[in-house]
Amino acid sequence: MERKFMKGSEAIAEAAIRGGCRFFSGYPITPQNEIPEYFARRAPEVDGFSFRQGESEVASVNMVMGAAASGARAMTSSSSPGVALKSEGMSYIAGSALPMVLCSVMRGGPGIGSIQPSQQDYWQATKAMGNGGFKMLVFAPHTVQEAVDMTYTAFDYAERDHNPVCILADGCIASMMEPVSLPEFVSDEDIEKARDKRNYYITIGKGKHADGKHVEISSGAGRVKADVEFMKSYGDIGADYGVRGEVSNRSMAAMFKRWAEKDVAYEEYMMDDAEIVIAAYGTAARVSKAAIAVLRKEGIKAGLLRPILVNPFPTAAFKSLDPKKIKHILDVEMSIPGQMLEDVEHAVQGAIPISTCLRSCGVIISREEIVAAVRNLK
Amino acid sequence: MEKIYSRTKGLQAPFTGGFCPGCFHGVISKSVAEVLEEMDLLDRAVCVIGVGCCCICSRYFDFDKMNAPHGRAPAVATGLKHGAPKDTVVFTYQGDGDLASIGIAEIMYAANRGENITIVFVNNSTYGMTGGQMAPTTLIGQKATTSPYGRNVAEHGYPMHMCEVLNQLGAPVFIERVSCDSPAGVLKAKKALQKGFQNQLDGKGFSFIELMSSCPTNWGMTPLESVAFMREHTLKEFEVKNFRDR
Repeated sequence: MERKFMKGSEAIAEAAIRGGCRFFSGYPITPQNEIPEYFARRAPEVDGFSFRQGESEVASVNMVMGAAASGARAMTSSSSPGVALKSEGMSYIAGSALPMVLCSVMRGGPGIGSIQPSQQDYWQATKAMGNGGFKMLVFAPHTVQEAVDMTYTAFDYAERDHNPVCILADGCIASMMEPVSLPEFVSDEDIEKARDKRNYYITIGKGKHADGKHVEISSGAGRVKADVEFMKSYGDIGADYGVRGEVSNRSMAAMFKRWAEKDVAYEEYMMDDAEIVIAAYGTAARVSKAAIAVLRKEGIKAGLLRPILVNPFPTAAFKSLDPKKIKHILDVEMSIPGQMLEDVEHAVQGAIPISTCLRSCGVIISREEIVAAVRNLK
Repeated sequence: MEKIYSRTKGLQAPFTGGFCPGCFHGVISKSVAEVLEEMDLLDRAVCVIGVGCCCICSRYFDFDKMNAPHGRAPAVATGLKHGAPKDTVVFTYQGDGDLASIGIAEIMYAANRGENITIVFVNNSTYGMTGGQMAPTTLIGQKATTSPYGRNVAEHGYPMHMCEVLNQLGAPVFIERVSCDSPAGVLKAKKALQKGFQNQLDGKGFSFIELMSSCPTNWGMTPLESVAFMREHTLKEFEVKNFRDR
């Protein structure tokens, strides 16, 4: 395994290439410009890779949609207002049941926000990336290494689910340099094998499908064709557009349920004897770990419950926190208002008091602030 | 008895309609399918279909097809061309609201990059499917539901001439406007379509074919009146000609 000192953005791009990404399109926006720039530099070195600088965020995501339909592992990246512009394409991609990876490097507020590190797009990523009630698996790395590992495997998840996957990062993760272990390149044979699993559009441009029909990709009822397992329980649902669309949405709902059962991932850090639980993800969780080290030296039993994926949210893990043992939960986010806070509240249902320690708009939360917030808990 | 004409395999049976009487989408989509069949491309073509009346074609086209978001077909085709087999013909089928208004950026830049794709652009001067709103191609004085007193220059500017606009760019290899208002026009249209697909097979680059159509329903005319109007007005504004053939 190759060990390198890399900037987060570039490490994410390299991990994607090693994970089999063969098409990238993006548009310049800070703080994620190094992602498209890296892909552009690497393009001629990677067999079968195409890079396109889109004329807009909108065009970029649509190019990725086309590439995904052609069977290529494809990716785009952007930051807050840019991600908002991509929401149309993301919705069509989800509706068409196409796999792709989006890296969202969050900015600090509505509109242009701030370009410095922030976590102001939690709701956008987890609840409503676009119209139509679709969701994505949302991975929230708190180190560059984790960003690498998540990006590398994201394509597998996207293809497993026939759905887009989001890597949710911020300017810290994207800009800082850390030593990383880079995974091996997925072989062309493995990419080809993965491609074969993409049942309904595998024959695009290659004649009729095994069912005797040509490929038709439409966002109206995409999952009806993609989710073969789910459709087994339905049999022939006919051609009625409304019926097909509704069944497709049912497949989507069933997928969300499967995620909640199987794909929840979280880290329990110093939780064994914890009396104070910090709820944080990404960069805020990273700083929280440093704060916990200080607090532990003071004899304050603080721990961290960190969602590794923020969707599906580790609801059960928060729900199972013992009110007799845990005196307080501190929600730490680089977002005002707290956004993950709502998911924590929903899980805890008032059983444990919850306070917040929040910064926003590009102010990176400090260890001292978190330490002070914990000390001040009553 | 010798069979000299049959329905193209490029259209799924039963072709029971879906377009309004007098609409040119029927003859245009049939021409596209016939040309693909004549070129033996039905198993190697992928159509990226726009949003509007053009997407009714997704019911009929019997070759690979994909629906793009409104206006984005050239971007989708750009990505699709990347991963599709090398001998695939990727083309878009779009109307004038889709291509010349909401999708103006996507068409301009796919053309400017010289993507090796083909664009089939149907111009009927109106937003048909949504009920006859003013399109970028609506003529001066022509009434639409959002220009109920007729398009006027002071408020709405002039009709967009996409062939002429794209002809300013360096990369496109083929740009032609045709009209399907007569059998001769249909034959010319088929030739232009064939050229557009062949250019792609030859790896030459970006081809753009604009096909003029009427929209009797939203123009508030009978099919015959709409053809007469087209000849008298529309085709004077939108000159039928080849702009570029490299």
